[in-house]
Amino acid sequence: MTGAAVTFGDRVLWHDVDLTVRTGEFVAVLGPNGAGKTTMLRVLLGQIPLSAGTATVAGHPVTKGSVDIGYVPQQRSMDALAPIRGRDLVTMGVDGHRWGPRWPSPARRHKVDEAISVVGASSYANAPISQLSGGEQQRLRIAQALVTDPTLMLCDEPLLSLDIRHQAAVTQLIDQARRDRDIGVLFVTHEINPVLPYIDRVAYVAGGRVLVGTPDEVMRSDTLSELYGSPVQVFRRDNRIIVLADEERVPHNHGEHKAKTRD
Amino acid sequence: MTDFFTSVISFDNFGQLVPLVSGSIMAGIVLGVLAGLIGPMIHARDLAFAVHGTSELSFAGASVALYFGVSVTSGAVAGSLIAAVILGMLGVRAKDRNASIGIMLPFGMGIGVLFLSLYKGRSSNKFGLLTGQIVAVDTTQLATLCAVSAFVAIALAIIWRPLFFASVDPAVAKARGIPMRTLSIVFMVLLGLTTAMAIQLVGALLVLSLLITPTAAAAKVTATPTTLCLLSIVFAVIAAVGGILLSLGPGLPISPYVTTISFVTYLVCLPIGALRRRRGWSRRA
Repeated sequence: MTGAAVTFGDRVLWHDVDLTVRTGEFVAVLGPNGAGKTTMLRVLLGQIPLSAGTATVAGHPVTKGSVDIGYVPQQRSMDALAPIRGRDLVTMGVDGHRWGPRWPSPARRHKVDEAISVVGASSYANAPISQLSGGEQQRLRIAQALVTDPTLMLCDEPLLSLDIRHQAAVTQLIDQARRDRDIGVLFVTHEINPVLPYIDRVAYVAGGRVLVGTPDEVMRSDTLSELYGSPVQVFRRDNRIIVLADEERVPHNHGEHKAKTRD
Repeated sequence: MTDFFTSVISFDNFGQLVPLVSGSIMAGIVLGVLAGLIGPMIHARDLAFAVHGTSELSFAGASVALYFGVSVTSGAVAGSLIAAVILGMLGVRAKDRNASIGIMLPFGMGIGVLFLSLYKGRSSNKFGLLTGQIVAVDTTQLATLCAVSAFVAIALAIIWRPLFFASVDPAVAKARGIPMRTLSIVFMVLLGLTTAMAIQLVGALLVLSLLITPTAAAAKVTATPTTLCLLSIVFAVIAAVGGILLSLGPGLPISPYVTTISFVTYLVCLPIGALRRRRGWSRRA
């Protein structure tokens, strides 16, 4: 993204954003609720137009349904209504968007099997997805995103509502995939600590701007205070980062109005 | 008590009656296949209540047509198409949809009741729209049913894959560029056509027993989409044809028989599914 801005009505969500995710790079998108983290992903998915600047994926302008992108959404309880198996979810990742009936294909089967085994989900891929735990569902979602061999992976809070053990497992899987396959990863999260050991850079969205740099450059009291336009304290201890922001005075429109702790 | 049973279950003259209703049985098979085919998608999209709403508007259309002396089938189709387009435009979220259906449904019902009361013809025609009448299927109706069913089946085959993706995994389907809204409207139109056809067999009140129950029963025992589809077709055909056959002897409306068979299938599938779950589903290590 170069000089990118998104406007809703006359409200500018963020502007002058320059962010390039290189192949094999792991970038975490951080920031308070409502600052426009998810919007950044939706721009790259072609669902929201930029009001200024340009956005490209793998050298092409963004389009809807690009096969260069693997998308991992939030873990929500998959509708128990739809009786599908994990394997069906991954298969939809291959060709679920095509028209016409799906004919049996050994090549597709092989591809799906491989993606499932990469994420270590082979033992439960044939069970109904509604009976799997959140962590198991997220592994299958990663397989679904990887099955098209994307160059960019967009993850929208994939760790939400997972316990710490599964958070670590899912993050490790994504890390492994980007190293093995040279995939750029843009990872929206409101908790930096589960991903801190793996990320190369941080894109911090707040106050209508996006600050990009290594965690050491960005996650500091002075830089974040400047970004928020109000005092922010950043504590680091044992490879953990805690941000204390006085959100009463932070210039963004949604989100909680209490002092918020991230760890 | 025995009187009740002999008047409800009877196979008197069964052999002579069956050939007379071969047209109805054909219609039952076609409708069963159609209902079983579209059922899994209704299930995946959580549209049970929408089916009910559509069928009430279809009923309204049919009674208006009956009153004005035009084809009941086209009235039913018109009514359900109007409902389908409105519901399709409301989008895929069940929350927004349910209130609108709740508003539409009694209105359609009211119109239907009004025109049925104004209608001066045979009263069995009136009752039939609500509770079903298939014994009097003529060749034109059968031809219409087959043509509409073929159209719906072909259209479903074309849109099935992206529609299923959009239904069970909307976030990723949208990211893959699937036209969610268009698909939603197209599917509701197909559903409207199916409902309009089903109404002629089981009537407006009982459409759910052909469109919902067979799939719900199948979903208890399988999680494989293809098996789900096949099972739901089998269940729907058994309910439709079985209902027609059982209603012959006693000379009662077919709907109680269809709904009972449907319900019993569900009851049978329930413990089977529970057993499968307890044993650990399909080779889960």
